[in-house]
Amino acid sequence: MVTFNLLINAVVTGILLGGFYAAVTIGVTIAFGMLDIVNIAHPVFIIMGSFIAYIVNRHFGLDPILTVIVAAPLFFLLGIAIFRFYYAAFESSGKGSLRGLAFFFGIMFVIEVTLLLAFGVDYRLVQTSYIGPNIGFEHIDLPLRMVVPFVGSMALVLGLYIFFGHTFIGRAIKAVAQDEFALSLMAVDTVAVRQLAFGVAIATAGIAGGFLIVIQPVDPSLGREYIGRVFAICVLGGLGSISGTVIAALILGVVETITSTIFGPSWAPAVSFAALLLTLAIRPSGIMGR
Amino acid sequence: MRRIPSWIWPIVVAAFIIALSRVVTNDYYMFAGYVVLQYIVLASAWNILGGYSGYVNFGSAAFFAIGAYGTVVLDKLWQPPLVVAIVFGGIVASLVGLVTAYLTLRLRGVFFAIATLALAIVLQTLVMNWDFVGGPLGYYSVRPDSIAGFPSYVNYLFVVMLGLALIAVLVARAIQLSFIGRGLAAIRDNELAAECCGVPTLLLKVFATMVSGGLMGMAGAPFPYYITYLDPNSAFSLAYGINSIAMPLIGGMTHWIGPVIGAVLLAVIQQVATVTISSELNLMIVGVLLISFITLAPNGIVGLLERYRQKRQRRPST
Repeated sequence: MVTFNLLINAVVTGILLGGFYAAVTIGVTIAFGMLDIVNIAHPVFIIMGSFIAYIVNRHFGLDPILTVIVAAPLFFLLGIAIFRFYYAAFESSGKGSLRGLAFFFGIMFVIEVTLLLAFGVDYRLVQTSYIGPNIGFEHIDLPLRMVVPFVGSMALVLGLYIFFGHTFIGRAIKAVAQDEFALSLMAVDTVAVRQLAFGVAIATAGIAGGFLIVIQPVDPSLGREYIGRVFAICVLGGLGSISGTVIAALILGVVETITSTIFGPSWAPAVSFAALLLTLAIRPSGIMGR
Repeated sequence: MRRIPSWIWPIVVAAFIIALSRVVTNDYYMFAGYVVLQYIVLASAWNILGGYSGYVNFGSAAFFAIGAYGTVVLDKLWQPPLVVAIVFGGIVASLVGLVTAYLTLRLRGVFFAIATLALAIVLQTLVMNWDFVGGPLGYYSVRPDSIAGFPSYVNYLFVVMLGLALIAVLVARAIQLSFIGRGLAAIRDNELAAECCGVPTLLLKVFATMVSGGLMGMAGAPFPYYITYLDPNSAFSLAYGINSIAMPLIGGMTHWIGPVIGAVLLAVIQQVATVTISSELNLMIVGVLLISFITLAPNGIVGLLERYRQKRQRRPST
């Protein structure tokens, strides 16, 4: 029987989970929503971040979240390298979308199999002081392993919000998202701006990977579960809107945990697909879409 | 002399292979050949939508698994003949294609691609939770006794899959050469312009998705009998998704023969690699081949051959 208490707990857990989903999706919001690059390999970069956190934690005992923040510049450079390749191979010749999609599909595949060959199919986890204990209020249990990633995710999203709203480069990226052609007429190097933005997107994937491995054990194929979720949130939020992404992520997180409380956790992945189809059928421009 | 119509060739090749299957007694070749033929169906089916119209379907595994699990359901209820299961799988898969296509293809093509990607994951969730078909434990299907007129049941399955491959190739060819193929090609080149010229774009796209999905479902229908133990991981294997994209891309997407070339080439490489090296590594090979072909030879092997032929034709005149 689903009691009121259980429901409250589900909602609270859902909000914590949803906050984390926002960090997972924000990179897709930048790449897909703003730059129109359908990076379906995004979740696999998150898994890469998780595995880096795992290796460093295992060998040096460092904190996973600290590790990925330090490693973020590497992901930034990786993103720039991938964008350069993508741009040279597909965009500059002007026949992008189909081949670009297949290209990222191939990248996703190669990275996943590489991780599989290197680490096997086992679930990996990290050890830190905040995995395990709960902080509780009257009827609500808050596991710290959810609270810490939630706080980290919110900080990341807030940082990006300020970056896009109040810095010169951030606003330049938004301008490219709005009208790239007009900007190129003003002698702006739009390719350089987009390259930088894609680097930022991949960097957020790396950081989100650190949060992910705190929340749950990670195996190389876990990324696949996140593809549907990430794009569902991105579309539901209205492509390219940071605030929309956060709202959509919170909604999806809460609906998912309530679903798994009532019907069992194995049904949770179906929620994102339903959300995606419903959004596309009813309001394709999403919550915060223009 | 009148030219021999090109639809003859697939039939001749198929007839030759059937004759060969009577001579070869080793069942291993039937097992391996079945996989190659299955990929010819999947690749040709994928190409009808993906190659001709440019809409990427990442969910081949989903359509394939619909066929496979359709057979499981029928098998549990009344054990129909295989043909009934194949038709059933084809119909259900094409209906799923219809719904997905109608909901997402009205928008940008990207949404369709993402929806198919998610479709595979969600259907796997459904099957995992559906105890009737075995859930995560899988399902053992008992092969019927050997069929009259065939040396073994594997041989029978092989011939059935050969028939399906023949159907898929001929359907792909017919679509390519008809007004439907020209309409799809117009969509690929410029959808807006096609729409303005009166091409019924949505109708054609939905039709292509249904045919493509239906053929994939048909390819999946005999699978439970082939593998005898079907579990969600083998039915929804990632290999189907990547292979059915990689094969047409590597073979060449604009001509019906492209997916066949790609499927034969890649499937044979994988059959050999699975025996000699590990199965993960051979998926890696496919991924690397996929990336290098889309960047270096976007029109696949058929495109390379065509370029070579044009060069040779041009040389004498200059």
